[in-house]
Amino acid sequence: MRNAVDLRVDLAGVELKNPVVMASGTFGFGREYGQFYDLSELGGICVKGLTAAPREGNPPPRIAETPMGILNSVGLQNPGVDAFIAQELPFLRQYDVKVIANISGNTPEEYGEMCEKLSEAGVDMIEVNISCPNVKAGGLAYGTRPELAAEVTRMAKEHSAVPVMVKLSPNVTDITEIARAVADAGADAVSLINTLRGMRIDIATRRPILKMNTGGLSGPAVLPVAVRMVWEVAGAVNIPILGMGGVAKGEDAAQLMLAGACAVAVGTACFADPYAPLKVRDGLAKIAGEQGLDKVSGLTGSVRPW
Amino acid sequence: MPMQKMCKIVEKVMLNPYAVSMALDVGELSREISYGQFVNIKCGEGLLLRRPISICDWQEGVLRIVFEVRGEGTDWLARRDAGEYLDVMGPLGRGFRLDREGRYLLVGGGIGVPPLLSCAVGTGRRSTAVLGFRSADRAMLLGDFAASCAGVRVCSDDGSLGTHGFVDGVVKEILEQDKGFTAVLACGPKPMLRAVAAAAQAYGVPCQVSMEERMGCGVGACLVCACKTADGHYHHVCKDGPVFDAGEVDWNA
Repeated sequence: MRNAVDLRVDLAGVELKNPVVMASGTFGFGREYGQFYDLSELGGICVKGLTAAPREGNPPPRIAETPMGILNSVGLQNPGVDAFIAQELPFLRQYDVKVIANISGNTPEEYGEMCEKLSEAGVDMIEVNISCPNVKAGGLAYGTRPELAAEVTRMAKEHSAVPVMVKLSPNVTDITEIARAVADAGADAVSLINTLRGMRIDIATRRPILKMNTGGLSGPAVLPVAVRMVWEVAGAVNIPILGMGGVAKGEDAAQLMLAGACAVAVGTACFADPYAPLKVRDGLAKIAGEQGLDKVSGLTGSVRPW
Repeated sequence: MPMQKMCKIVEKVMLNPYAVSMALDVGELSREISYGQFVNIKCGEGLLLRRPISICDWQEGVLRIVFEVRGEGTDWLARRDAGEYLDVMGPLGRGFRLDREGRYLLVGGGIGVPPLLSCAVGTGRRSTAVLGFRSADRAMLLGDFAASCAGVRVCSDDGSLGTHGFVDGVVKEILEQDKGFTAVLACGPKPMLRAVAAAAQAYGVPCQVSMEERMGCGVGACLVCACKTADGHYHHVCKDGPVFDAGEVDWNA
């Protein structure tokens, strides 16, 4: 029998036992899917996006199904960073899994304050969300302008004792421009892609399905966009990439890794199959094994472009 | 604890031209069910979201779902036959808080009728049901309710069956005459629930309502199925509900 493939990967100094991370906003704080399997099976968990104060989110409907995708407009509903630290982080800490806190701020200062609190509380990494398409303030505005993205990154780095990963929006003309800006500002890693802005209309009522009219598209429909953007960003910066967007099986994750991702996040796939992340992990191991690799990290960036 | 498993369809019956009843061999999953919960069923490979379907009733090892075709997902589901397997997640949600010694007024509208059957069975023929349908050809489960309730009243929107009109008229009539109900349990479209909740409140009877909203994960992780409560917060139909106390719900949202 062939030796088992080493699944460990390094994401900006944070060692993940396998490359599969749960994408922020699809996995809550782990409690729900923790009913189905041991969360220690996962490489990491990006928790539901946190804000300085609790947020109620957007009015429903917040979801619409589209061809091989879903649109959502949750709007960062969350209990706030303090409640996360007090009530959710201790739960996650029972498991041997890296906890990545995803944060969104209204101002650069708010990002800084949250980084300080979360570093002190002992999360493993911070994912700075500058790409939420569903909120008016902050969010996407920071993610579409390089100078603002850089300012938020600098503020986060200054106030964080743990590695800072910046989550990039695909809703830009040139994602490498933003990636370079945050890398130059000191980001330890980037994660991409966040959702693509989209819309679905009920032709009978002539109303958009989503109460906010538009939302963010995720699911298999966005995978090729994610692969392309990871490939472009990998060619533009020298910091590690957490790749995501439509991953539902090992082959999808392998594409993102070949394009340049060190690790991959699984999100929407969980809704259909709670066990999707474990299947992605096992699928990746199988692919790496079949390709004669002793480490899954050997896939990273090894695409052979024409 | 919810589980995910492949479950065999052991029986499929059309209750009327629109409503499909399926009995599923769910094994140990049946031991976890309580009144008013739902299962989330995968409907083919092309659709990413499971479809939440309320549990009509259950016995050891077998549960019954009843649904109408509303879109692509339920259309796929309706075309499955006995002997085929379904990917089922459940039981999910917080259902009716039911005292089995209690005596309830069960109020169902349309496809909101099926989940009340288990409440009728669970309270040993002491409860009364008010069932509303759009028209006679959409009526379902009347025999089952008659066998499991102290009384059944049927209404139809078009007058083709039973009392002509909405269920809340009959609910008021019954609550006026009978002060002995433990609570009103209601499931149906939101305008119906709002009217039934108002009637129950007028007569000082506690009321629980089963709410609907477009759902994502079905377990409480994705936060899309928001229901605004009277305290101004958004709760989630899949995890905090589907059943809420009528007083908790912001009916103006």
